[in-house]
Amino acid sequence: MPKGYQRPSTLVERPWHFCPGCNHGIVHRLVAEVIDEMGLQKETVGVGSVGCGVFSYEYFNFDGIGPSHGRAPAVATGVKRVLPDRLVFTYQGDGDLAAIGTTEMVHCAVRGELISIIFINNTLYGMTGGQMAPTTMMGQVTTTTPRGRGQAQGHPFRVCEMLATAEGAAYVARTAVYSPAQVVRTKKAIRRAFETQMAGLGFSLVEVLSACPTNWGMNPLEALKFVEEEMTPVFPLGELKVPEGVK
Amino acid sequence: MFEVHFLEQHCKGCGMCVAFCPRKIIEMAEHTNDQGYNPAMVTDVSRCTGCAICAMMCPHVIIEVVEGGAA
Repeated sequence: MPKGYQRPSTLVERPWHFCPGCNHGIVHRLVAEVIDEMGLQKETVGVGSVGCGVFSYEYFNFDGIGPSHGRAPAVATGVKRVLPDRLVFTYQGDGDLAAIGTTEMVHCAVRGELISIIFINNTLYGMTGGQMAPTTMMGQVTTTTPRGRGQAQGHPFRVCEMLATAEGAAYVARTAVYSPAQVVRTKKAIRRAFETQMAGLGFSLVEVLSACPTNWGMNPLEALKFVEEEMTPVFPLGELKVPEGVK
Repeated sequence: MFEVHFLEQHCKGCGMCVAFCPRKIIEMAEHTNDQGYNPAMVTDVSRCTGCAICAMMCPHVIIEVVEGGAA
């Protein structure tokens, strides 16, 4: 086992706007590490989102685009078609990808666009103050469901299961970062997603179950426990689809 | 022998490194950094095994673990 740790050169050294204990930082770091390891820092175009992930282009040391809300997969499609040899990925939250951006995300997967999506699922709208998102779980209290999400609001939306049915989607996985072992699995999933894209095998998506201690009203460690105990039964972890080429 | 470097001014005091360190040698300092958080620090670096789980779990990427120093 390798010892020690050095910050990936793809991450800019600056203080982040994320709240204490926010899992966005871990996922940012894993994306940067994978890009470093694949030697693609100069070949990467990242497409951000609207939400807490909005400043990703400030933190990554490669080209980035800030698209309008939810339209990252459409922008990434354009970039990839013009520059087919680049690694193009989007970094989106659940309010961006699973709510306003559903159309773009679904049709991008159905068309089998050669892009990757890193999807952060923290079950609510983080940046705007913790409102209900399509991924909010039944009974979960948010600022717009003060008595918990009920039948009137409908059931949560499982993005991975839905996209796995599309022929164009080659790699679909759901992971979490609540423990060191899960962080290692998430990194592997991000690497496989990028390899799927670079091998031209199809669309790839990695959903990362992520803690939002601030809007859940918990301390960072309670929030990690919440992901492990409450979120994983609703959003089961695992690789739903893996192409032959990257196994 | 390992050295653990913290970017103290970027620390937000979430305590994830403290909770996950298998040797339990990380604590939150009593003083505050410029952002007003109690930063994390290593209490007994001689017991560090260099596993870097602290760096793996740090959401603000402020920890680096490097091999060095006299054994």
